[in-house]
Amino acid sequence: MSTRIVVDPVTRIEGHLRIEAEIKDGKIVDAWSAGTMVRGLEIILRGRDPRDAWAFCERVCGVCTTVHALASVRAVEDAIDVRVPPNAELIRNIMFCAQYMQDHVVHFYHLHALDWVDVVSALKANPAATSTLAQSISHWPKSSPGYFSDIQKRLTKFVESGQLGIFANGYWGHPAFKLPPEANLMAVAHYLEALEWQKEIVKVHTIFGGKNPHPNYLVGGMPCSININEANAINAERLAMVGDLLKQGQRFIEQVYIPDVLAIAPFYLDWAGIGGGLDNYLCYGDLPTNGFSDVGSYKFPRGAILGRNLSEVHPVDPRDDTGIQEFIDHSWYEYDGGAAGLHPWKGETNLKYSGPKPPYDFLDVDAKYSWLKTPRWKGHAMEVGPLARMLVGYASGNAEIKGAVTETLAALNAPPSVLFSTLGRTAARAIESRLAARWGLEFYDQLLANIKAGDTRTFTRDKWEPATWPAACKGVGTSEAPRGALAHWIVINDKKIANYQLVVPSTWNASPRDAKGQRSSYEAALIGTPVHDPQQPLEIIRTIHSFDPCLACAVHLYEDNKEIARHELLVN
Amino acid sequence: MRPRRYFTRARPQKMPLELETLPKEETIYDQIIARGVSRREFLSFCAWMGACIGVQASGIAQVIQALETKKRIPVIWLHFQECTCCSESFLRSSHPIVADILLDKISLDYTETLMAASGHQAEQSLQDTMAKYKGEYLLCIEGSVPLAEDGVYCCIGGKTAKGIAEEVAEHAKAIIAWGNCACSGCVQAAKPNPTQAMPIKKIIAGKPIINVQGCPPIAEVMAGVLVHLLTFDTIPELDNLGRPKAFYSRRVHDTCYRRPNYDAGLFVESFDDENARKGYCLYKVGCKGPTTYNSCGTIRWNGGVSFPIQSGHPCIGCSESNFWDNGPFYQRLPSFPGFGIEATADTVGVAALGVAAAGVAAHAVMTNVRKRHEIGEQPGENAEKADAADAASRGNNPNS
Repeated sequence: MSTRIVVDPVTRIEGHLRIEAEIKDGKIVDAWSAGTMVRGLEIILRGRDPRDAWAFCERVCGVCTTVHALASVRAVEDAIDVRVPPNAELIRNIMFCAQYMQDHVVHFYHLHALDWVDVVSALKANPAATSTLAQSISHWPKSSPGYFSDIQKRLTKFVESGQLGIFANGYWGHPAFKLPPEANLMAVAHYLEALEWQKEIVKVHTIFGGKNPHPNYLVGGMPCSININEANAINAERLAMVGDLLKQGQRFIEQVYIPDVLAIAPFYLDWAGIGGGLDNYLCYGDLPTNGFSDVGSYKFPRGAILGRNLSEVHPVDPRDDTGIQEFIDHSWYEYDGGAAGLHPWKGETNLKYSGPKPPYDFLDVDAKYSWLKTPRWKGHAMEVGPLARMLVGYASGNAEIKGAVTETLAALNAPPSVLFSTLGRTAARAIESRLAARWGLEFYDQLLANIKAGDTRTFTRDKWEPATWPAACKGVGTSEAPRGALAHWIVINDKKIANYQLVVPSTWNASPRDAKGQRSSYEAALIGTPVHDPQQPLEIIRTIHSFDPCLACAVHLYEDNKEIARHELLVN
Repeated sequence: MRPRRYFTRARPQKMPLELETLPKEETIYDQIIARGVSRREFLSFCAWMGACIGVQASGIAQVIQALETKKRIPVIWLHFQECTCCSESFLRSSHPIVADILLDKISLDYTETLMAASGHQAEQSLQDTMAKYKGEYLLCIEGSVPLAEDGVYCCIGGKTAKGIAEEVAEHAKAIIAWGNCACSGCVQAAKPNPTQAMPIKKIIAGKPIINVQGCPPIAEVMAGVLVHLLTFDTIPELDNLGRPKAFYSRRVHDTCYRRPNYDAGLFVESFDDENARKGYCLYKVGCKGPTTYNSCGTIRWNGGVSFPIQSGHPCIGCSESNFWDNGPFYQRLPSFPGFGIEATADTVGVAALGVAAAGVAAHAVMTNVRKRHEIGEQPGENAEKADAADAASRGNNPNS
């Protein structure tokens, strides 16, 4: 007989996520993923000035802030056919890289690490042995026995005070924790360091965009003017600060994040065989080096992989109305005329709740059970995110990505097949963080070179006035958010937004199944996952966290409980 | 057959650990020192925080004394329709021990209630905290509450946001509404507000509500409001919109470092034009600084690194109610009775010095009158004079 468990809300994620799972003989045999909140932003955008859309869209999510603003300005620029100046593209790319660095580090340490790191076990660590361990894997200076001893004393005092805070309800002592005490202590120390560090790297956004969260963007370029002879513009001092922040960020990733991942992973190689889920991967690509319209110039290549066949990368065209479609067979929406699936340019957002009347105990998973629509590419369920990006890059033969992946696999002495797993997803995120840090500095150097050569333009006025736009036009803006493939589709009539649709990473990954019963990524990845104790579903959390869920984005609204995780950490 | 139900982290014996064992008499200071913060760091924090919340130097001792002797305030932090930018902003607090002190201060109960990871367990933990600290806890809310369709647009653990908000607010000591969502509904309440998203003040009655506006609010403003509550045991002085005057009594326009450009008639006419590269005033490209009350011009963002205007983008007015529906962002503020900034800006831009000075003076008077109304100040002895100037400034349409 099987047992149904409900995990609601799942913590240490972005947004509100509910998982119902069927467990039989200690393994998950079926699972349902549901988003239970909606704000209706697509409805609110109708009739507005397209140049304002980025600000509305940016409020989809305050965690992966910037990514929706970027996709939005690209969608409008695509529709009205304007190309931004090279410096604007470079600044956008630098902000993109800073976002990856901040978001991935915070995910690893503050949202995901407690799935692998037993904090209470760190109390038993030998600080001198911890120091030896830390120094054997990295040159990071904070690694003396005294440093770890201090951290441990703070932790001990903390635990003895009875004020366990976030740690109070952890799964400490669960047999699925495998790290030795010294590795746990090192991870706790880095967890605290990362919390301080994340405040710094976002200053790159503040310099170019005025604030973080929610920095400013602009259709046609970027709003920050460059003038190296002016105090009130991006000048030498501001640029030097950006360079310094990017270098500090790279140092943290190279000397702390990457060594930690490589040190922890060998203890959890069994998780290289768990949580694989779907066989298909989708990536729109990003970081253009010759304009957004030149897809071939992207640092992250575009493409799709089917059936884990890395010898073939399928082309992806977001404009093809038979390619990407959204279905609502298990979602609380209705389509006029009852269409099965709709390409986003023809997409509709008509809220139609048909679930149980709250308060409720269970959703009717045989009927509609989520506010997420179900996107499909040519009918296939696709996984998006760091793993998809690394696989598409690897399979495309991209030298930098292939090199980084190969190097990491060599360090772990593992074959490429381990990537198709919960552990692989977590490793892929670390690999691309290195790339983002490296590329951020590359773009920064190019920006300096441009300025030195006399080009300081950050905005083009060519199509700013709506009078220059066609009477009707449509566009698509794609990006790779930290959590995966993101795209906005816009239809503009009479200078106003006629339709606006977002298909975001967690919509791909967290959506309910389709009419054919095909599961999306979360539901598929949970099948076969072992659950040692149904009352402590640590294993479910591990696999779900490996996707870095962002439900706010997925249903274009947000709610509960991720910040809990981040706040908790501060307890120490 | 009805499936058996389990929840995550269902370890009842662990749940009450903190509440049971925490010595209730422990003060904030004790906790801070126990965390390894030195007394020197603590004092420097008090001085910084005192300055942040506008306490005179002589009042810093009061901040120190309060934090040394006050018991912690239990805090429950709820999330409804929002994007988490408020929490994210808070975590960017620039002072190195803000997070240590304030988050630790609130995390105890906050963690007790929200960190309990799952449906019934979380609810049980919340109930325990509410019962134990009945009438004592501070309720922080991030997000709006949707009322359409009986609240199905925002459910947590199978319960509606409205139901949860009402239940938890009933015995709260006071409520902090974090950010524009909780204060005025923010983006989801923009027309046509499909989910009928409502601010907290429309949901909860009979409780003091502090509206900490902004999308998101500035980190140091959030910290400052909390420290004010901890230090003085009183609700900070609020304007007519429920915003703490310490942070929301000055217009961005009046504290903007680019203001001298406005006064001199030096405007950016188009993004990245010659004037933009000189850092001129952004009023003509849509800056809402003249109608926005916030601390961006003084405290700035992310440790004082910059703020939107400094980085070349007009203020979009994110600390004002319904700012999403106050016209397109890049359209300059319209002229309307009692305001008149449009005419002033154009006049200033082309006028001879004498005319410009007169226009600016009139503008200053008008905006002060507006501000007084906005923040609910009682008319002082200069009120009649100001009102007269206001009427005069409306020119030939005094009744508008």
